[in-house]
Amino acid sequence: MTRVSYDIVIVGSGAGGGTVAQELSPLCRQGVRIAVLEKGPRLRDDEFTGRELEMAGALYEDGGGFLTSDGAMTIAFGCAYGGSTVVYTGTSMLPPARVINRWNVPGLTHADLDCRARKFMGENNVHLLEDGLINENNKLFVTGCGELNYHVQQFPVNIKGCRGSSLCNLGCPNRAKQGTDRVQLPNAERNGVEVITRAEVLTVGEKTLAVRVDHKPAGAKGDPSSWEPGDYQIDTKMIVLCAGAVNTPALLLRSGFARDLPRLGHGFTTHPAFIIVGEHARPITNFVGFPKSYYVDDFIESDHFVLETCMYFPFITAKSMAGLGAPHSAFMRAFPRLQMILVLACDKADAHNRVSIDKSGKPVVDYRFQSEAIQGLIRGAVTSAKILFAAGAVRVHMPVARETTIEATEAGRLEEIAASAEFTAGKTPVSAAHPQGGCGMGADRSGSVTDSYGRVHGLPWLFVADASLFPDSLEINPYLTIMALADRVAERIRVEAPALLGN
Amino acid sequence: MPLGLDLPVFRAVVTTIVPEAAALNEEGWRELGAVVEALLRSRPESLRKQFRIFLGAIQWLPVLRYGQPFTRLNADARTRVLKHLESDRIQKIRVGFWGLRTIVLAGYYGRPSAAGGIGYAASANGWGALR
Repeated sequence: MTRVSYDIVIVGSGAGGGTVAQELSPLCRQGVRIAVLEKGPRLRDDEFTGRELEMAGALYEDGGGFLTSDGAMTIAFGCAYGGSTVVYTGTSMLPPARVINRWNVPGLTHADLDCRARKFMGENNVHLLEDGLINENNKLFVTGCGELNYHVQQFPVNIKGCRGSSLCNLGCPNRAKQGTDRVQLPNAERNGVEVITRAEVLTVGEKTLAVRVDHKPAGAKGDPSSWEPGDYQIDTKMIVLCAGAVNTPALLLRSGFARDLPRLGHGFTTHPAFIIVGEHARPITNFVGFPKSYYVDDFIESDHFVLETCMYFPFITAKSMAGLGAPHSAFMRAFPRLQMILVLACDKADAHNRVSIDKSGKPVVDYRFQSEAIQGLIRGAVTSAKILFAAGAVRVHMPVARETTIEATEAGRLEEIAASAEFTAGKTPVSAAHPQGGCGMGADRSGSVTDSYGRVHGLPWLFVADASLFPDSLEINPYLTIMALADRVAERIRVEAPALLGN
Repeated sequence: MPLGLDLPVFRAVVTTIVPEAAALNEEGWRELGAVVEALLRSRPESLRKQFRIFLGAIQWLPVLRYGQPFTRLNADARTRVLKHLESDRIQKIRVGFWGLRTIVLAGYYGRPSAAGGIGYAASANGWGALR
């Protein structure tokens, strides 16, 4: 066991950890020693090959296939220098007022988060993609929605120099996506923050962490850790947990904090999602061009779903379609003619869905599909099918229909098909990529884990700064909100640094 | 524990889920098996065991209904058997089939040659590759 010490240790390097690292890094000039511990590897630019399974294995926890405890849903989240900002699409949406107000966290206002989020919009080059770079997969979504009078909105995205590889979710091969791996972490390192990769935090104690640094496996991507492989004890004055909504609650649970924090792990939401695929009669540009440019959120309040354009890779597409055999294969063979829409259901924090740990301390996500989320997925599927047909699709794959292939001649029967739709956990292909909650903010420990500045109740040296802070679903893509919250946490730490660091 | 990828039932399951796999040559099957092996290598031993057990169940359960093991059934009957598992009233069985199906799809479509075979040709050059 090697002992080392830092003034501040940040666990995780994604939207939360990267932001906190940058915002605290000016303290390094005053002699404050700050380390970021990242479980995943740091890849070289030439290692982003765009090859599906290879990149998924290198950049995602469990290769993107982290399963809920009942095996009915996969949750994808990043595990690399930059966390999930390496593998998201770069969609950067401002925190919605209706949600932040509904959270009703004492001391947290929408205006404050909005202001902070706008700072990162500037810093990370968030803008609307130029029309000339938008492909047909996206434009046909606008066409279909226009026919149906749905209100389409364009995603602000944080890209610079996009070449339209469509490989965002496998890590941009062109360094175009401005995640924390491209912006905040390099800034932090320039200011003196140390980032240690392949460093897994096993437990957190009173101002101390037990850490294991792994070898680089043979044939794996990424640089070896800057630390020698082995076990470390890190003594520190302050800890900021930014390991994400699955791993942060799990780390605190296996460190024994549940006794004093009864809400730890509770309130988990994740926007369960599936894709609806439409086949056109002619090839369209789909795997060329930025994959996610538009969304429709008209139905959040009434039907609990959001629609987004998307484009996935062969295996993920095959996995995300229901069924097997000839009908399934027919859609796969039509790949250059496919248009895709992602349906995200707006789930709610409830008494059942939570993060826990198994006997070995590994995270377990207990998740039961809520009836409103199921209805959201079904209504979202039907609405997507209407959009696809209105855009000219000749047939649509709808995973909740009894017969999953629906021909254009049946487009008039979609409501009838919806009435007999079946959602079956373990059969309907549902996945998620927006894990949230588990260390929710609130007034006190009876109803929450942290205060509105991410400080864990009763522990002035311990902070959380990631999506686990959300007391309930955000109902939109979460990264900019995570960064805004992390900025708040960092500001509080800076203000209190003299007292907290004993300087 | 060996995964049983060399067993006839594995190939029968793969070709039922992805009919195009029937056209694979030995090199194609080797590639597919390598992808499956790599996927399961990093998973717990219990999962590898479940995979093997599930394959065995698929091979022999049809004897109860059809009087023949899975590999002796025609394509339609094989599809019916797998669809029954996919929709079984017991969630653990549905999830088990879901896992097997996922692994098979990864094995088939995770090969670069299969991606190319369906016309998928994403490239780092993006729009530049079209010109």
